[in-house]
Amino acid sequence: MSNYTRCAACRYLRRRCCEDCTLAPFFPSTNPTRFAHVHRIFGASNVSRMLQQIPEEQRSEAADAIALEAFWRVQDPVYGSAGVISALQTEISGAQRELAETQARVAVYAARARSANAQVSADEERLGDGAGAGVYLPSNHP
Amino acid sequence: MTSSSSPCAACKLLRRKCAPECVFAPHFPPDQPAKFANVHRVFGASNVAKLLKQLRPEQREDAVVSLAYEAEARLRDPVNGCVGYIHLLQRRLRELQHDLSLAEKELSNYLLVPAAGPHLVGLPHYAFNPSFAGGINGVAAPMAMNSTDPVLPVGMLYDRTGSFGATAAFRLPAVQLLNGAGGFGALLEQQQQRQYHNPEQTHGEE
Repeated sequence: MSNYTRCAACRYLRRRCCEDCTLAPFFPSTNPTRFAHVHRIFGASNVSRMLQQIPEEQRSEAADAIALEAFWRVQDPVYGSAGVISALQTEISGAQRELAETQARVAVYAARARSANAQVSADEERLGDGAGAGVYLPSNHP
Repeated sequence: MTSSSSPCAACKLLRRKCAPECVFAPHFPPDQPAKFANVHRVFGASNVAKLLKQLRPEQREDAVVSLAYEAEARLRDPVNGCVGYIHLLQRRLRELQHDLSLAEKELSNYLLVPAAGPHLVGLPHYAFNPSFAGGINGVAAPMAMNSTDPVLPVGMLYDRTGSFGATAAFRLPAVQLLNGAGGFGALLEQQQQRQYHNPEQTHGEE
């Protein structure tokens, strides 16, 4: 890569970006903040070493994950990704409770509807029998 | 604080004198060498020291525990680190939200259908918000029309203190959860889209 298009890492580190720069594929010059976060949390040499230890086809995915972890740590220096995990676990727990409640309500209404429908059917059957069942109707009454 | 005869795990690994004011000493005791070794390997000692010095002393232990957790996760899975687990949780949350949406739709069929027949008379009427707005606040209170009908429990506020997970014993303080459609899960996905999938589209997060 020529000096005109230094990657974000080399630009940040104020060095020449050579053609075989190990960080260039993952830290384009269009996103300087991404590398700034990663450098702040992990350090350039650590990231370079970590990526070199990973098979080439997985490095992009690894760089993305590292960038995310760095971003979350910058946002929350105390808990970082752990804070994200905790928040998700809390939301999941709440969603599970709400789902259980809603399903319980549905079950109650469904049971009532079934019971009411059964009652209506029984009433209709009784009215259909008419005089034979001895049903009291106002018009019958003297 | 360790005495000069027993340097902390950090100073032992770094082969240096453990000073009385060593920032690592309270959090990396000499009997847990692996903890610092992992953190150093992933983050680097100087980065960790800088991070800890930016924090108040009472925050540092929690920070060290979370750093140790992240370092361990990354060493176990060098590609995804703990982001892999986060994706799993996000998927689980999406599934639950989907199931909840279906259940609410089913419930609204019972609540919103006008008295389509005598069999619906007498059921309690609930002022109910069928949409899952992030799941942060509870839904509205019930108004039972028939005093003999049971008042079902309403949606509740989520407990904002969460446990950290199986690997850590400490209890995290309240996490700032967000209101609005989708809640924290949705915000997280937005952040990931910006940082993770489309790095070229991001312009400054700070």
